[in-house]
This record gives sequence, structure tokens and C-alpha cells, in this order.
Amino acid sequence: MLRRSVERMAARKSARQYWRSLAWQLAVVAAALLVMAWMAVNAVESLQRQHIASGFDFLNETAGFGILQTSVHYTEESSYGRVLLIGIINTIIVAVISIVLATVLGFLIGIGRLSMNWLVSKVCAAYVETLRNIPLLLQILFWYFGVLEALPYPRNSVRVGEGLFILNNRGLYLPLLQSESGAWLVWGALTIGVAAALALRSWAVRKQMATGVRPATTGMVFGILLGLPALALAATGIPFSLNWPHLDGLNFDGGLHIFPELAALAVALATYTAAYIAETVRAGLQSVSRGQREAAAALGLKPSLAVRLVLIPQAMRVIVPPLASEYLSITKNSSLAIAIGYPELVSVFAGTVLNQTGQAIEVITITMGVYLALSLLTSLLMNWYNSAQAMRGE
Amino acid sequence: MRVLALAALMFAFGMAVASAGTLEQVKARGYLGCGVNEGTPGFSTPDAKGNWTGLDVDYCRGIAAAIFNDKTKVRFTPTASQERFAALQAGQFEVLSRNTTWTMDRDVSLGLEFIGVDFYDGQGFMVPKKLGIKSALELNNAVVCTQTGTTTELNAADFFRTHKMKYKILVYQKEAEYLAAYDMGRCDADTTDKSGLYGDRLRLKNPEDHVVLPETISKEPLGPSVRQGDPRWADLCRWVLFALINAEELGITSKNADAMRNSPSPEIRRLLGKEGAFGRSLGLTDDWAYRIIKQVGNYGEIFERNFGMQTPLKIERGLNNLWTKGGLMYAPPIR
Ligand SMILES: N[C@@H](CCC(=O)N[C@@H](CS)C(=O)NCC(=O)O)C(=O)O
Repeated sequence: MLRRSVERMAARKSARQYWRSLAWQLAVVAAALLVMAWMAVNAVESLQRQHIASGFDFLNETAGFGILQTSVHYTEESSYGRVLLIGIINTIIVAVISIVLATVLGFLIGIGRLSMNWLVSKVCAAYVETLRNIPLLLQILFWYFGVLEALPYPRNSVRVGEGLFILNNRGLYLPLLQSESGAWLVWGALTIGVAAALALRSWAVRKQMATGVRPATTGMVFGILLGLPALALAATGIPFSLNWPHLDGLNFDGGLHIFPELAALAVALATYTAAYIAETVRAGLQSVSRGQREAAAALGLKPSLAVRLVLIPQAMRVIVPPLASEYLSITKNSSLAIAIGYPELVSVFAGTVLNQTGQAIEVITITMGVYLALSLLTSLLMNWYNSAQAMRGE
Repeated sequence: MRVLALAALMFAFGMAVASAGTLEQVKARGYLGCGVNEGTPGFSTPDAKGNWTGLDVDYCRGIAAAIFNDKTKVRFTPTASQERFAALQAGQFEVLSRNTTWTMDRDVSLGLEFIGVDFYDGQGFMVPKKLGIKSALELNNAVVCTQTGTTTELNAADFFRTHKMKYKILVYQKEAEYLAAYDMGRCDADTTDKSGLYGDRLRLKNPEDHVVLPETISKEPLGPSVRQGDPRWADLCRWVLFALINAEELGITSKNADAMRNSPSPEIRRLLGKEGAFGRSLGLTDDWAYRIIKQVGNYGEIFERNFGMQTPLKIERGLNNLWTKGGLMYAPPIR
């Protein structure tokens, strides 16, 4: 009886606490919004007083300048809004490449640091200590000018075939596969094929878990994976063409062109961030109790299998949350690209557009908004992955 | 990311709206704030001891001489091309004197006021001699390098579009990096104001291996600017510039300024404050122009000192000569 009423009181109290803290939080948010609104009004007023253009109409105006790397249609007649889009795409391109490279390298080095091999573990430790302690901007400049120094002038390009592979200090040129009309069918078939193959595999794994026997699916997987697109190719009459790089004026043109700026930036970001990821991975691995390693050894698993099948899956729960923040810093650090002329968001939008329009407040607000959105997106993906991992571990 | 910080500043506190009274503020503070280039020979370069020299520097020293009778009472703030306008708007200095092109857009939508032209320039290209190019029209599909936040980016785009040539443009934040990239052969051409190209060339590994192509592809009237909102301050800055040019036209130099004060010529007497109350109407003393010329010299002296044949730049007067000598330098009369 007594216990019940105490419990009820406690519940009521915690409910009250809950509401009170909620009210407080709302009040704080409201106050923050008010302050921000006040600042915005203030800023707009003072801009108008100073005859400085304001508002977001400029996004529709003609940009008038050229951009080095454009993966969607862009000419000088395109709008500032289009420049924003290209900036975002270029940021994402370098971020994704760097994230993949950094993750692979980071895991290798993190695992290497715990290696039984003295040399390997010392080399990995030295890597981490060195790379973390040199400012990133210096590393970017080092890679960039290093790459430029190493590559030949266009006249002395390293060349394979007419246009199969051309490398010089203007970048790497490769033939580009171009989709003609009807190509979507082939891409669609490929997507379906991949999805079906994945489904088949997970079915086979489940079967193996349940019965201990894995159904032979290899033939079927290959059949679907290759057969469907092949059928689509045949049906549409191979709707692709190759765009070959060729000499035009002072430089090569056409094909797929990878710029030294992108390469240097991606390598710099990846090698730098890999040092941090390696530490995260090491911490994660060390968090798995010794017993697990010993148990894996007792079961007769080779060390490499023990790491892959026993240690990493358990370590992942410790690794993933800080990994997410490493990915975020890659995205943010990519803005250092402005130093070497890689046209990502800050360089083209918060740089050139800001200067051309003078609308600092609007441009910076949009830029911050984009970074915020990219950060939230990364966090979301990583949280989702993390909870999937955590669940699998239960 | 100084721009970001500046934008945040502007956002949080509103702009430093130029209110009437800039002159009083400057006088009370005891020095002039002057935004300059981080280092382009001829316009503004600091030496190892932090002493600044250059045309843009001398102009600000002229204002200081007029106000304080002491040309050293200036604090120079180096700004990158990209952040210069935001820095002026945010009130980091009172005059922006930084090889800045007067364009309509900058004049009417950035909240600043251009007060005149102190260097008539135009954009050009510099290429390595070994490229074997004689004219900018041979630059088809060239890679050109330049600096962000300049008129240069747009002019280059216009030029290649007009001549139906392909090009790739690389824009760097800092001059140091873009010069290094050009020197290492990342780009076929360096493009900026021609005065800047001559300055750039001096800083390459082998300056004699590079040529500035003959074409001038744009008009770049360079001049100082101030924040909008204080017309009296703008007047003062404008007349300092005019005083420099008028002094050259009247033959007054830093060396003969004292003797010239006794000249019978009414024009000279007005400029040097012997007749009329021109200085007072600017809020200064009547010998304002005398102080400027005595301490920094006339426009011609400043030009020769910073760009002339005695300097490594060796730039001809050309358009920057007086109108009486076939150039464009022409100042309204003091009367
Ligand atoms: N006159 C042009 C270009 C001025 C400009 O910024 N030029 C560059 C290239 S010569 C420069 O001065 N850079 C030196 C620096 O950033 O310190 C403009 O006003 O936009």
C-alpha cells in the first residue's frame, strides 16, 4: 500500500519535472529565435540604410564566370543558383571519395597499430603521430604542389593509346562512357540485377544459419547480375558511346577529366583523417575484452579471421559514433580547397558569388545551411547504420 | 575564413554605418585606418620591418598628412581581394586603397563609394615564353589561373566567350598559391590587371622566361573607396587625390613645395593654401595640400617612385600620364 503511493508520488513528481524542463527548453528556444529574428531585422535594416543589396533574388541572376569542374550542365550564362548546386556537388564528390579512402586506410592503420609485428605497429603509430600533428592546410598544399611537381607538361604527357589514358600536370584524362537514349533501361536492369542478387545472398545466408547448409546460388547470382543488363543492352542496341579525350588548342579536351586539385585534396583529406580514424579503430578494438580474442583463438580461427569475424563486429559499436564525426570533419575540412582552387561550395559560392554580389549575409547563411544539412544527413546515415549494427549484435 | 567572421560581425551588430563624423572619429583616434593589398609590388608591399610602400600606401599617407600633418599616422590593414569590401563595410578601416577596380556593381550595390581613379589599368595575360604564343587569341583551350574575388574572373570569362574559345579557369584564394601554381606549369596563363602581371613576374623563379601578351581585355580603373553615408569624408578623400594630380600639373613637387608657396600664380597659391579657405571647408587647415605634397610628393613623383623606370616594375606612364601629356589624369580645378 505504502509502496504504491510512494511510487505514484514519484511518478507524479517526475511528470512534473518533465513538464517543467520541457517548458524551460521551449522558453530557451523561443528566446534564441527571438534574438535571431531581431538580429536579422537589424541586419536587413542596416543593409538597406547602407544601400547594400539584400534578399535572395540574386540566385536567379546570371553568374558570368567559369568554373573548373562541373558535373552538371553549366555555362557562364547559368545562374548563381546553379553555381550553388555545382558547389554542393563538388563538395560531395570530394567528401565521398575522401571518406571511402580514409575509412579503408584508417582501418588498416588502426588494426596495424595493434599488430603483433613490431615494425608494422611502430610504422602505424608513427603515421598517426605525424599526420595528426601537421596542420591540414599544409598537407593539402604539400600534396598539391607535390603532385604538380611530379607530373609532366602536356607536351610530355604519359600516354597509353590515342586517348585511353593521358596523364599530365593538367590532370588525368580517360575515355568517358556516355549514355544515349534508351540507356536508362540498361541502368534500370543493372539496378534490379544488383538488388535481386543481394536479396538472393541474404536468403542464402539465412538458410545457412537455419540449416547449416548454404544453398548454391553463385550461378544464379551471376546470371541475374549479368543476364538482365545484357538483355537490356541487346534490346536497346547498346545505347552507349565513348567520348575520347583529344588534343584541342593548348590542352586535351573531352573524355573524363580528373583534376589535380581534386586528387590532391582527396588524398590530403583522406590521409589526414585516416590518422584519426585509426585511433578510433584502435580504441574500438581495445574495448573488446581479451577473452573474446582468446576464445576466437581457442576455436582455432586464424588471427585475420578472428579480427574480421569476432573483434571488428563487436568493436564497431564503439567505433561508429566517433567515425560519424570524422566524416563530418572531412566534409567541413574540404572547404580548405579554396587555397588550391578546387571549386567546392566555399570556393565558388562563399567566395566568388559572395564577392560578385556582395551579399555576404545571405551567401554565408545559405552556405552554413548546406553544411548543416550535409552534417545532419551524415549523422542520420551513421545513426541508422549504428542502430542496425547494435541490433544485429543483440 | 575571415569573411565568415566578418559576415557574422555584420549580422550581429549591423553594419558600421558610416555616419557623418568620420573625420572627427579619425582625428580623435589619432590615426587613419587604411585597407591595402597584402603585397603587390607598386601598390602596397610591406618590407621586413613592416614599413609599407606603394601607390595605394602613399595615397593613404597623403590623407594622414592632410589631417595630422604627419604622413606616418596610418594603420595599414592587409586584405585579400575576397574580403576587402566586407572589411570596409564592417568598419575595419575608413579608406580602402587596394588596387580595386571601380565597377558599377561595386559602386551601387556594395554600399561603398568610389572616389576617383589613381591608376588606369586593364587586364592582360602572362604566359611562359616557351609556349610560343604571341597573342591572347592563340589561347584556345588554355588553363588560366587567377585570384578569387576579383573582376578578373568575369573578364576572362567574357574574353573567351566573345572569341568563342574554350578555357579552364582556376581561382585561388591567395596570390602566393596561384603564382606558385602558374610557376609550376599548372596553368598556361596568369591573368590579372597588367600592373599586377608585371608585379607577379618579378616573383617568379625566372622572370625573364615569361611575357605579358599585348592584348588588354578590359578597363580596370583602380581607385580608393569609402563607405557610403558620409559625403564629407568622401569629399575629403576625393580632394586629396585631386590635390596630388593638380600638384603635378602645376609643377609643385615635394622638393619645391616650400618655394612654390611664394609663387605669384593664383592657382598655385590656392592649392598651397595661400589664398582662399579651401582647407577649412574640408574640415582641415588651409595648408592641407601643401602638407600632402611636401610629405608624399605629387602624383607623378608617387608614380615614378613606385612603378617608374627606377623600380624593378618599369611601367610606362601611358594612360596614367597627365591629360596635358596624352594621358587620362585630369583633376577638377581648385577654385
Ligand atoms: N583590380 C582587380 C583585381 C585586384 C586584385 O585583387 N588583384 C590581385 C592579383 S594581382 C591582387 O592584388 N592580389 C594580391 C593580394 O591578394 O594580396 C579588382 O579590383 O578586382
